Amino acid sequence: MRTENVDVAVVGGGPAGLAAAAAAREAGAENVLLIERGERLGGILNQCIHDGFGTKMLGEALTGPEYAQIFIARLSDSGVTSSLETMVLDLTPDRELTICSEDGIRRIKAGSVVLCTGCRERTRGAIRIPGTRPAGVFTAGVVQEYMNLRNILVGRKAVILGSGDIGLIMARRLTLEGVKVECVAEILPYPSGLARNIVQCLDDFDIPLYLSTTVVDIHGVDRLQGVTLAQIGPKGGVVRGTKRFIDCDTLLLSVGLIPENELAKKAGIDLSPVTTGPIVDDQFQTSVPGIFCGGNALQVHDLVDYASMESQKAGQSAATFAGAGKLPDQNIDVQPGNGIRYVVPQTLSGEEAVDFSMRVFSPGSDRYVVFRRGDKMVRRMKQTELDPAAMIRVRVRADRFKGSEGPLTVEVTD
Amino acid sequence: MQQRYDIAIIGGGVVGCAIARHLSRFDLKIALLEKESDVARGTSSKNSGVVHTGFNVPTGSVKAGLNVRGAAMFEALSEELDVPFNRVGKLVVALTPEEVPDLDKLKAIGDANGVPQLEIVDEQAVKSMEPNIRGVGALHVPTAAITCPYTMTIALAESAAINGADIMLNSGVRRISGEMGSFRITTESGTTHSKLIINSAGLYSDQVARMAGVRRYKVWPCRGEYVIIDKSRSDLMTRMVYPVPPKGGSGLGVHLTPTVDGNILIGPSAEYVKLKTNDATTSATAQVLLEEAKELLPALNPRDAITSYAGIRPKTVSSAQGGFGDFIIEEAPELPGMMHLVGIESPGLTAAPAIAEDMAEWVDEHIGAKPKATFEPGRETPVRFREQTVDVQAQLVDEDPEYGHLVCRCELVTRKEVKAAIHNPLGVRTINGIKYRSRAMMGRCQGGFCSTRIVDMLAQEFDTPLEEISLKGPGSQLFVGSTKDLRKNAD
Repeated sequence: MRTENVDVAVVGGGPAGLAAAAAAREAGAENVLLIERGERLGGILNQCIHDGFGTKMLGEALTGPEYAQIFIARLSDSGVTSSLETMVLDLTPDRELTICSEDGIRRIKAGSVVLCTGCRERTRGAIRIPGTRPAGVFTAGVVQEYMNLRNILVGRKAVILGSGDIGLIMARRLTLEGVKVECVAEILPYPSGLARNIVQCLDDFDIPLYLSTTVVDIHGVDRLQGVTLAQIGPKGGVVRGTKRFIDCDTLLLSVGLIPENELAKKAGIDLSPVTTGPIVDDQFQTSVPGIFCGGNALQVHDLVDYASMESQKAGQSAATFAGAGKLPDQNIDVQPGNGIRYVVPQTLSGEEAVDFSMRVFSPGSDRYVVFRRGDKMVRRMKQTELDPAAMIRVRVRADRFKGSEGPLTVEVTD
Repeated sequence: MQQRYDIAIIGGGVVGCAIARHLSRFDLKIALLEKESDVARGTSSKNSGVVHTGFNVPTGSVKAGLNVRGAAMFEALSEELDVPFNRVGKLVVALTPEEVPDLDKLKAIGDANGVPQLEIVDEQAVKSMEPNIRGVGALHVPTAAITCPYTMTIALAESAAINGADIMLNSGVRRISGEMGSFRITTESGTTHSKLIINSAGLYSDQVARMAGVRRYKVWPCRGEYVIIDKSRSDLMTRMVYPVPPKGGSGLGVHLTPTVDGNILIGPSAEYVKLKTNDATTSATAQVLLEEAKELLPALNPRDAITSYAGIRPKTVSSAQGGFGDFIIEEAPELPGMMHLVGIESPGLTAAPAIAEDMAEWVDEHIGAKPKATFEPGRETPVRFREQTVDVQAQLVDEDPEYGHLVCRCELVTRKEVKAAIHNPLGVRTINGIKYRSRAMMGRCQGGFCSTRIVDMLAQEFDTPLEEISLKGPGSQLFVGSTKDLRKNAD
């Protein structure tokens, strides 16, 4: 088996991996290898033909393929090697990858590794929707790939379960292609997708959104013939008398995304039980030295721009590590407090400014996100709207961490 | 289409396929008629996948004899057909001291049935064998094994096909007329003539018998639901773990079964249902299964459940009658030449090879069965990439680059294996057919990454229009056309 050495190996050629690889190369890593399992770079961006990508990072609203192309061009300009249709079979804690393609199985000894393996869609099995097993039940992302990359129509009358962004985008997309979208049902009392998508994808097309409602039965033996919807009470049970049958031949599931971390597990990386992605420091380094992580493998993002931005940082750090440069020591723990579901990064050095990403548990308005260290108020930021579907990004300058001791806590206050 | 056969087997479950495969050793013209678009689409794919030893079947019953004989044949058959087989052993655990005497009773039945190596073990032994399992004592059954029930059924059918049997899919039987020597079977796909008939229609064996004028059988559908636990928890246990069977003798109780692929199955429940097609899963039962499983395996977390499924037992006793129902294997006196296999529920999978031997004897008695020299016992299958060491994997890729193209990430299935599944000897071209043959689309993401690619491959290999690609046969098409079509119609 051939063995090769590289400075930085980036796993995954979606938006996160593209940004990480380009940034690693630009930060001075000579030999950067980008490994992608699919037949082209860009990952899920290729099937996202709607616009809205790049508003935070590039200052314009692009389609997914346009956004990807900017990074792909940057990559080839900087001389990153990419290996397509290549699967990583294994990753060891000392950064040896086993990769497999039609050219053979190779071992790659990497100075550092950036995991940008993205996420997968939660499936029918994972949320255990009861009922029969007909054709016509798809995850939203798979339908998006069929429609936008293959011009395939999966049905004529659809119900969408879950108000995640992909589900909302697909509600509009299906409608534009002549499919009747009966409704979007969301089990939570509030939407899971971004407010702008509710307006642009549902309201503008008169597609009803039923909150606190889910699919409790699936009908049809060969092809889907309909679903039973019901309202869900505050304790999670079906509200009596609210069951109703909706005739449809297609059910799209947009019921959550799960960071894809099988390689991280193989390398023995500590994962957060909340994000299910690796625990990282302010350099996006995981618990295993020299292995970094960014993008949806780290935490599920609402905007691709943020996935690119954090992965860019991860790529720069990986270049520093591979070049035997010194990364700052990480001594300060970050702890989510009242109202905060999680915060990334989970540790920091206090030497650099940090862009925190976090999500809240429940909706609210006119509240504050407060960073405290010891008895010092590090930062306090007003949030007019708190939305569990939206990631909150807060930058804290390096000097604000000084002059206090102990962990940094983040909480929501009135 | 009119065909003349020596023997027509009705039903492509494990029993029908085992019979077809065994009969294909002889110089006979064989047809197997299956109503679905593939074999193993009913009870044979939806069970625990256990090769039972026969310790819990009443001594002297038809079930007991066939079970013990079948179990003895299973390992060699699995090797011949390249089907996973793993002798993991089984513990029947007593959760309370009151249940301990039941273990002795079970052991006595097992000993009488000729099951080897049974032993009663104490609490400490249970702990050392299965540290995560609760129990104050257990019956240890070291010879119990697991298989993959649908892989076995498919392998038997493919082997039969390779040896000349005609496996006729989408051929549900509508009418049976004639008599021994000249039966005429009308199916959805044509008419088949045969000298003998074997009715191995499982859940529908009573209806098939009635089509031929034999009205003595009644099959009650009894649903069993399962929950599947993710492979990442395969370290929780290594053996099958059963409770002491519930009183009344209608089932084995909710048990935990490791699969050959590293999952753990919880189930089955036992619930009589009205419709033989009602293999829907319910959230209420899934809940109960998870709770009961926690009694045996407290470390189990409901969040590790990846999906659920249900199968239906063909019972010869109704819910009201209850109790033990034996296999019925007989030629009804009113219609010679047609053999009925009714009520072949558990341990039907284990018994299948032995039933097949008996059927060959029956055929030989009636029309003579000469062994043929050309019988080919094995079947050509690609190497299962995921089961190899990395050095073997590297060698495979060097020899054939198609092994280097991973199509399914979760289950590590290569293009080579998917292609072989697409070109299966039965000519099955459904998505489920590819799934059950290759394991692609069966993992964590349930086809999120690979299903679109497999659709592409299927379309390319046969130049199939996309609209014809189906999940599981006619009526279950995945797509309705191109995105351009609907708009055309709307204009």
